[in-house]
Amino acid sequence: MADLTTNFIGITSPNPFWLASAPPTDKEYNVRRAFEAGWGGVVWKTLGEDPPVVNVNGPRYGAIWGADRRLLGLNNIELITDRPLETNLEEMTRVKKDYPDRAIIASLMVPVNEDSWKWILSRVAETGCDGVELNFGCPHGMSERGMGSAVGQVPDYIHQIAEWCKKHTDLPVIVKLTPNITDVRKPAQAAKDGGADAVSLINTINSITSVNLDSFSPEPMIDGKGAHGGYCGPAVKPIALNMVAEIARDPVTQGMPISGIGGVTTWRDAAEFMALGAGNVQVCTAAMTYGFKIVQEMISGLSQYMDEKGFTSTDELVGRAVPNVSDWKHLNLNYVTKARIDQDACIKCGRCYAACEDTSHQAISMSEDRTFEVIDAECVACNLCVNVCPVEDCITMVELEPGAMDERTGKVVEKEYANWTTHPNNPGAWAAE
Amino acid sequence: MSHSPLTPGITAGRLEPSEYADNFADLHAPLDAHEATVAADRCYFCHDAPCVTACPTDIDIPLFIRQIATGTPEAAAKTILTQNILGGMCARVCPTETLCEEVCVREIAEGKPVIIGQLQRYATDILMDNDEHPFTRADPTGKRIAVVGAGPAGLACAHRLAMLGHDVTLMDARPKPGGLNEYGIAAYKTVDDFALREVNWLMQIGGITLENGVALGQDVTLDSLQSDYDAVFLGLGLGAVNALGLGGEDKDGMRDAVDFIAELRQAEDVSKLPIGRDVVVIGGGMTAIDAAVQAKALGALNVTLVYRRGRDRMNASVFEQDLAAARGVHIITGAQPVAIHGNGAVREIEFEYTDDTLTPTGETVRIPADQVFKAIGQALAGDTLPDLDGRKIAVTDTGRTSVSGVWAGGDCAAGGDDLTVTAVAEGRDAAMDIHAALTGAKEA
Repeated sequence: MADLTTNFIGITSPNPFWLASAPPTDKEYNVRRAFEAGWGGVVWKTLGEDPPVVNVNGPRYGAIWGADRRLLGLNNIELITDRPLETNLEEMTRVKKDYPDRAIIASLMVPVNEDSWKWILSRVAETGCDGVELNFGCPHGMSERGMGSAVGQVPDYIHQIAEWCKKHTDLPVIVKLTPNITDVRKPAQAAKDGGADAVSLINTINSITSVNLDSFSPEPMIDGKGAHGGYCGPAVKPIALNMVAEIARDPVTQGMPISGIGGVTTWRDAAEFMALGAGNVQVCTAAMTYGFKIVQEMISGLSQYMDEKGFTSTDELVGRAVPNVSDWKHLNLNYVTKARIDQDACIKCGRCYAACEDTSHQAISMSEDRTFEVIDAECVACNLCVNVCPVEDCITMVELEPGAMDERTGKVVEKEYANWTTHPNNPGAWAAE
Repeated sequence: MSHSPLTPGITAGRLEPSEYADNFADLHAPLDAHEATVAADRCYFCHDAPCVTACPTDIDIPLFIRQIATGTPEAAAKTILTQNILGGMCARVCPTETLCEEVCVREIAEGKPVIIGQLQRYATDILMDNDEHPFTRADPTGKRIAVVGAGPAGLACAHRLAMLGHDVTLMDARPKPGGLNEYGIAAYKTVDDFALREVNWLMQIGGITLENGVALGQDVTLDSLQSDYDAVFLGLGLGAVNALGLGGEDKDGMRDAVDFIAELRQAEDVSKLPIGRDVVVIGGGMTAIDAAVQAKALGALNVTLVYRRGRDRMNASVFEQDLAAARGVHIITGAQPVAIHGNGAVREIEFEYTDDTLTPTGETVRIPADQVFKAIGQALAGDTLPDLDGRKIAVTDTGRTSVSGVWAGGDCAAGGDDLTVTAVAEGRDAAMDIHAALTGAKEA
């Protein structure tokens, strides 16, 4: 078993799996259960100024589901902790004392003035917590009051508050970013410029999960009305991965520690975030769906993977995929693949055929006896058949070796790398000559 | 309880009332909404789906399952019933394990098909429980058609003709409509009087006049029907039963399985039905299985089903064979009856073992029997019928017989599998051809 001990901006935890600031970390009771289950750390549910906020008294969550009602996406209209600050601080102190090897991070959200931040930082420092996370992400409710994503959408505010926090605490400072913004690199740069030690992302995405077609109200519905919520869960993972990668490869923010968040459900998801530059991951929806026990699979899975790869520390995994995140224009146009269907694995459902015939390039043939085969002369290697096939690895993309004939283009596959920047069809390429 | 399974002879009341209820309960309990959703989620929505190809009535199965999955079982039912107006009964009695579910890609992939039959029942039950009839009649054509036999073929034919605007007289020799659905299928496959409820639901289309107790050759003749109607459809079924050809077939205790099943289906109280202690069923089809399982269900101590060929040659599906075995029926294969022993009443029946080619081996066995059900096939009854192909009425693909203006389908017609679903397809397709012939309309 590989050692999963992780050091993230000086905060050590026995594994890189933290629970994100969210309902699972709102109370001592829950956090103790999480630590007993094996979680490496928690970011406590966001603290604010007293009097505490109030939540709606109707449904807080909406969802979308896949087959077998597997939860794919969850949204919420819950606010920050609705319990008194003092209660939370006392509980954090007690839990940290009992679990000194686990990370406890205080998530904070107070109005945009220096005194507010200075005061709350001094209070949380008394708990013995390991760091603070500035919640600039919540897209609902708190943003209407000028906090949460309302701050995260203005890089100047991020810069300013990060600076205040670094000035008034010795604790490591993580800035949690909102994805509800056009270019996530800008707030990340602002966090760095303000002196923050790390960023965490993504917070939740503005969303309406569904509409009640009887009451004609968005879900979750409160007395006939609905407000957009924050979307999370497996469905947001691709968006989160891209944003993490953007920050990891941006020349300005490159190397800045990242805590990866967004749909992490299995060890594999966690490993992907880490490969794209996240030093650790934070989890919420998966725990809310299946309970805290899932961390056991995450621990065993990541350990096995690291053993198989020969990694002895999570540091060897972190960022390993970042150099391979490129721009489209640099992709090798001489890399030619064709779909291949494993006839032994094929169950003859014909979905590849329907997808290709109706919506793509008519590159799959269907025989009387339902044998499906790729027509190389038509296959553009789009990968749609791979993605709609219900049997994993039944259809794969196979690379044509240099020197082989691409029957679609009638050209021999060239060995040399060539991309759009030099392609004859690119007006920009001519201009450069 | 004065009797038990051990009581010798043929007697009623061998079981406790609760045992009868359990033994004749629905073979497959209906799916609830959650079960239906979970089951429907497994469908891959295949292209040109193998299950549709395997369905004799070409029901668009992926479409109806998707309609269930998206919360519109009523639309699913309409998809089913458009192709197969007896979709409710077929959902209960189709040997899905040798039709749609056998070729389901998830059967190929995992050995566990989507439970298409049960999903079909879920959808059709909802629609029928709402007492909705989703079809309406076209403008009247003024054409009158006689449909002889109110079994699956006749019902399907009559409904389609009525929908197309024709007036149909549907006649049946029996006191109730439904044919084998009403008289010939095991009770646990169609509980709560479903066969009759389905016919009543089907008749809501209008334009069908039902005449029970009217038999071809006795009450009406083919000639008279031809002169009184614009077209005739024969869905007579098979009115005669094959004999063993042995001495002593008239001994007490010797009985045709179809009669036993019919009596059981019409019984108000199955506990009052007498059944032997040692029952032997001869045959290897669905009728044999239905008789054997229900004999056991009535409290027979020993039920032995004997078939002359190997298991793989039995017309009853593997599912049905396994069902019989699980219910305690002892299945013997490769043995054919050679003698009926007993003085007045059957006491034993003697079989000789045969090899695969039915060549006798000389080895015999005597099985105690106080009741024997013969289920070795049925035959067409009646004379002055159109030309035969073998022992059944010769028909074209669309059911035309040798007699102009007379169509036929279902078990009385040559070809097909003698399944309910096949009969429905034949009745429907004949109706479309009759419609085309009478109106000059192109076949839809």
